[in-house]
Amino acid sequence: MTKIECIIRPGKLEDVKDALGRFGIHGMTVSQVIGCGLQKGRTEVYRGTEYSINLLPKIKVEIVIADKFVDEVVKLITEAARTGEIGDGKIFTYPVENAIRIRTGETGESAI
Amino acid sequence: MYRRIMNGLYLLPLVLLAAPGLAWAGEAQIDTGDTAFILISAALVMLMTLPGVALFYGGMVRRKNTLSTIMQSLFIMALISVQWVLWGYSLAFGPDQGGLIGDLSWLGLNGVGQEPNADYSATIPHLAFMAFQMMFAVITAALITGSFAERMRFPAFVAFTLLWSTFVYDPLAHWVWGVDGWLRNLGALDFAGGTVVHISSGVSGLIAALVLGRRKGYGSEPMVPHNLPLTVLGAALLWFGWFGFNAGSALSASGLAASAFVVTNTAAAAAALSWVFAEWIRHGKPTVLGGASGLVAGLVAITPASGFVGPIPAVIIGLVAGVVCYLAVSVVKTRLGYDDSLDAFGVHGIGGTWGALATGLFASRAVNPAGVDGLLFGNPHQLWIQFISVLASWLFAAVMTFVILKVVGLFFKLRASEDEEVQGLDITQHGEDAYSDMVLGAPVSRIQSLSGSHSTVVTTREAGV
Repeated sequence: MTKIECIIRPGKLEDVKDALGRFGIHGMTVSQVIGCGLQKGRTEVYRGTEYSINLLPKIKVEIVIADKFVDEVVKLITEAARTGEIGDGKIFTYPVENAIRIRTGETGESAI
Repeated sequence: MYRRIMNGLYLLPLVLLAAPGLAWAGEAQIDTGDTAFILISAALVMLMTLPGVALFYGGMVRRKNTLSTIMQSLFIMALISVQWVLWGYSLAFGPDQGGLIGDLSWLGLNGVGQEPNADYSATIPHLAFMAFQMMFAVITAALITGSFAERMRFPAFVAFTLLWSTFVYDPLAHWVWGVDGWLRNLGALDFAGGTVVHISSGVSGLIAALVLGRRKGYGSEPMVPHNLPLTVLGAALLWFGWFGFNAGSALSASGLAASAFVVTNTAAAAAALSWVFAEWIRHGKPTVLGGASGLVAGLVAITPASGFVGPIPAVIIGLVAGVVCYLAVSVVKTRLGYDDSLDAFGVHGIGGTWGALATGLFASRAVNPAGVDGLLFGNPHQLWIQFISVLASWLFAAVMTFVILKVVGLFFKLRASEDEEVQGLDITQHGEDAYSDMVLGAPVSRIQSLSGSHSTVVTTREAGV
């Protein structure tokens, strides 16, 4: 099993969810996060005092899938989340040791 | 309406000739229209403090200080209401003592009843006048909280507020509005409180900000408003309530009240425009906070002038106020380095000073025959009188605030500790959280029953606080 963690633009969440849904993936964990990378921050002004805001809001989507689907799903997410501009985000994959469904106690791929 | 004005004019010489303390039971008669208007105006001014100032300031602080900021306005509403009834009104408006302060003969509203008082309110119950003035005393104390927001300990704040109202607001109100107050006798014009309310609160705020010192992290950490919609809601309520504040200061449902209403709205609007445009030109974006701040700056500036100027001077007063106050908070504050958290000084101190001086420029007897002409209407001396009243208000507010803070500092810790400031005043001063969407833990009673050990619980609570 593999965990796919992607950091995407907030405006791309619906596209990514749609793409995953069409592929048959309905379970995911979504968080609002802030971070920085290549994308430059922005300037905010409050009563004439300027602040450079370099941590920008992003969305983090985490899913766990069987290893055989990883390449295809990464491709799907990449296509759905891309605008071509700096700030599109990143995808990380991690090996997962086990998964347990709390309600039934199932383990492994049948639990995801 | 014309008849009412003529009635007012007819009474005027009588009022001016009235010796302090002289009873006018025979002459004064309650006008129901005036009374209804003043009671409603008093309620409008109440709304300016709670929730007006509470939300205006509450939205501008960081989220960890939201409740503590709102609580300051709420608590002042309660504290000064009681102070005013017990002794504040007597000190401010009671029979004069040397032009400086009222005496204590109206203590506990003794003798302040349903009959009109010829000196202050010939056509409305004395109690209505007292209640209207009470709301002014309340909001003035609340305005100062913008300067020491996010860092003053609550007990010290309570002591400071009580002393400040008693020893700064009450005497100053007497100087300017009390019969035989020295600034009133000098001829200073202050229709609704440019000196008494705005200069006094703004300058006192500056002194408090200097005595308390900057917030931890000021200049290095972002200290941005956590909820601008709250601030806009507060600013809108201020604008709304200000109609009671200024038009109500006519103390009659009259043409003068309508004039004050119109110039109040005009100046607020002009200042909102000029602040937004000034910021737009300098930073490239028209900001919402700029709009909210600008309208308040305009309301502040028109306050002393509202019963003496026409609509075109109101446009000018507003336009200048927006730009001057914007420069005060964005350029001057940064250059000088003081931490006036929410710009009580920049908006009220500077805007109030401009308004008081502008009254000396634009006042016209064509608007208010009971007033005097200003510089532009051929009476340059009025500007000098306005200058003296501004200077006196600045000096008195500054010196007294400094002394009061030093005295309070002997008995209370003025400033939150570094740790309290980092955690925020909501949790450390009030034990509550404005946005408790993610509360971890359980009711202490449940923990007690689970652990069965009281001492463990106490330790847990202390660790949490």
